[in-house]
Amino acid sequence: MLCVSNHTACRFAENAAFPRTSGRAALCRRLAFYLFKGKTLSALAGIPRCGYTIKMNTGPQVSLRRDGTECRVCVGGSWNISQPWPPEAGDALRAADGGCGRLLLTADGLHQWDSSLLVFLVRLVRQARARQVEVVDNLPPGLGRLLQLAFAVPPKEGAQRGTREAGLLERLGGSVLSVPVSVGDFLEFLGDAALSFGRFLLGRSHMRAQDFLAAMYECGVCALPIISITSLLFGLILAFVGAVQLQQFGAQLYVAGLVGIGMLRVMGAVMVGVVMSGRMGASYAAVIGTMQVNEEVDALSTTGLSPTDFLVLPRMLALALMTPLLTVYADLMGILGGFLVGVGMLGLNAPEYLNATVSMVNFRHGLIGLVYGAVFGVIIALSGCYHGMRCGRSALAVGRATTTAVVHSLVGIIVATAIITIICNLLRI
Amino acid sequence: MSMLVSPDTPRISTRDLTVAYGDYILMRDVNLDVRKGDIFLIMGGSGCGKSTLLRVLMGLKAPSKGRVLYGGQDFWNAGEDVRQGLMRGIGVLFQSGALWSSMTLAENVGLPLQQYTDLEDAEIRELASLKLALAGLAGFEDYYPSEISGGMRKRAGLARAMALDPDVLFLDEPSAGLDPVSSRLLDDLILELRDTLGTTFVIVSHELASIFAIANNGIFLDAATRTVMARGNPTDMLHDPATAPSARKFLTRGEG
Repeated sequence: MLCVSNHTACRFAENAAFPRTSGRAALCRRLAFYLFKGKTLSALAGIPRCGYTIKMNTGPQVSLRRDGTECRVCVGGSWNISQPWPPEAGDALRAADGGCGRLLLTADGLHQWDSSLLVFLVRLVRQARARQVEVVDNLPPGLGRLLQLAFAVPPKEGAQRGTREAGLLERLGGSVLSVPVSVGDFLEFLGDAALSFGRFLLGRSHMRAQDFLAAMYECGVCALPIISITSLLFGLILAFVGAVQLQQFGAQLYVAGLVGIGMLRVMGAVMVGVVMSGRMGASYAAVIGTMQVNEEVDALSTTGLSPTDFLVLPRMLALALMTPLLTVYADLMGILGGFLVGVGMLGLNAPEYLNATVSMVNFRHGLIGLVYGAVFGVIIALSGCYHGMRCGRSALAVGRATTTAVVHSLVGIIVATAIITIICNLLRI
Repeated sequence: MSMLVSPDTPRISTRDLTVAYGDYILMRDVNLDVRKGDIFLIMGGSGCGKSTLLRVLMGLKAPSKGRVLYGGQDFWNAGEDVRQGLMRGIGVLFQSGALWSSMTLAENVGLPLQQYTDLEDAEIRELASLKLALAGLAGFEDYYPSEISGGMRKRAGLARAMALDPDVLFLDEPSAGLDPVSSRLLDDLILELRDTLGTTFVIVSHELASIFAIANNGIFLDAATRTVMARGNPTDMLHDPATAPSARKFLTRGEG
């Protein structure tokens, strides 16, 4: 009758005419243990004594016995990762940390154990070894083998990282010192992109026409629905906000000029820039970043092909071309939004509104808007591709590259808007 | 690369190579010579820098010190154009296959041909099909990498690496992820390419069966000493009593 569970083993022990003494439970526990290990009752004679009574379903137990310079640590009971170590574990660890000359590890009445026991023993042995204390392993075979395995591969020299956290000043200094490195890196990327564009002009670029067309389709045609909605609503909002003030003077007709000039000159381009940095800047960083993770960019390099020609140039050209076109479209949608408010709510008639728009806006406004659009396109493409190309080799790095690409392109758009506006002001155009 | 090289000059060599990540030195004083027709194995335990050494050899990571010679020409001290020219003479199979995900398998294999030859599209397609068939992927020309299994991606990667019939093929863990039969077929293909086209192989591998079956030369990188601890034919390494214990342990799966 070989037991299939400790419970069965104990019933067997009880029925086997063992005297009902106070130590019956302990004996039962030990019997179950040895039956589980496939040993016979004769093995009971050799059970090491730990000096404590093993109870059924007891928690983790540790005993420490000193015999001259020898410390004998005996573990027993049930060890579960969710339970804390017994208080005696601390005594044993202190003994291993220099309190004895020889450490003997044994187990008695150990019925269930998991990594929590192994962690305790590993810490014990590590402390003993650090103090040159001899360790004698008299543990059950499985436990002993796992313990040996934990020390089988020594820690790699120099691989350990310190746990020291950098202070505020150190981190601040590190951030400041990294700025020139980042700027240099970006300038190098910019130089690469410029060389790639030069090769394109000379007809020596590796860029494939189908990649360019696909990029144009993706950032142009596919963006039309979102540009339509945002620009229409923006034109609508602009008209509403303007009308509130202009109506007070009976000048609601000037809503047409406000919306027309505002959209054509700058707002249409800014709307497109914001939408495209969220849409394409993030997409470029994520796609190229994932290609970095999958070694696809390396595969281009080892084939002797320039990753800048292949991945950056088509996207940069496509965005630089499509953003101005989308700006024109956004302008028209914005004017339509203003038209709906003017005609539907301000009581203007349609020819009146359209005539007012045509008379107040001029070609120069549209041209300035196109300049904004082209600049924004290049900024978004450069930011997305730069962060993708410099992406690390993990999912976390791709996420970070995507976020940074969007943030940087938005900041770039705002800064560029300010610069172009100031230049236009200085040039009185 | 082959036109300018005398038959005695090693195809790839390194001299006193040191590779580091920041301050951490991954390996030092690595010297190796890969001759024409060699099937050269870079062996070593996990984390010893095998794949990094391969990246240095194939021009993706600059060494901290020392030289990499392509047919006697210093690779890392050459100009960008020369380096790109030298890299056209090599083919690389990456650990993951690294196929360009936006292209079909035929386009992946055909791209190097499209860029560096004047072949017609139909001829490129035919050549791509042949290379895919050699890698056991006949009929999969129009599949995208995302539509095939990991093992198939690896074989497609090999087909792409072979596209231009390169002088030297770098293979990073070619058998990993392949079933035993495919792994054996891959070994046969490597031997066949070496025997028929004289292709030189530099391979990073853990697969002992493959190592003993195909390699005629190699080095063992030791993670503890961070340098080359054994070199030569892996079978000779195994039987040579002078072989470093770490290399013997590796070659005998820890039993030696």
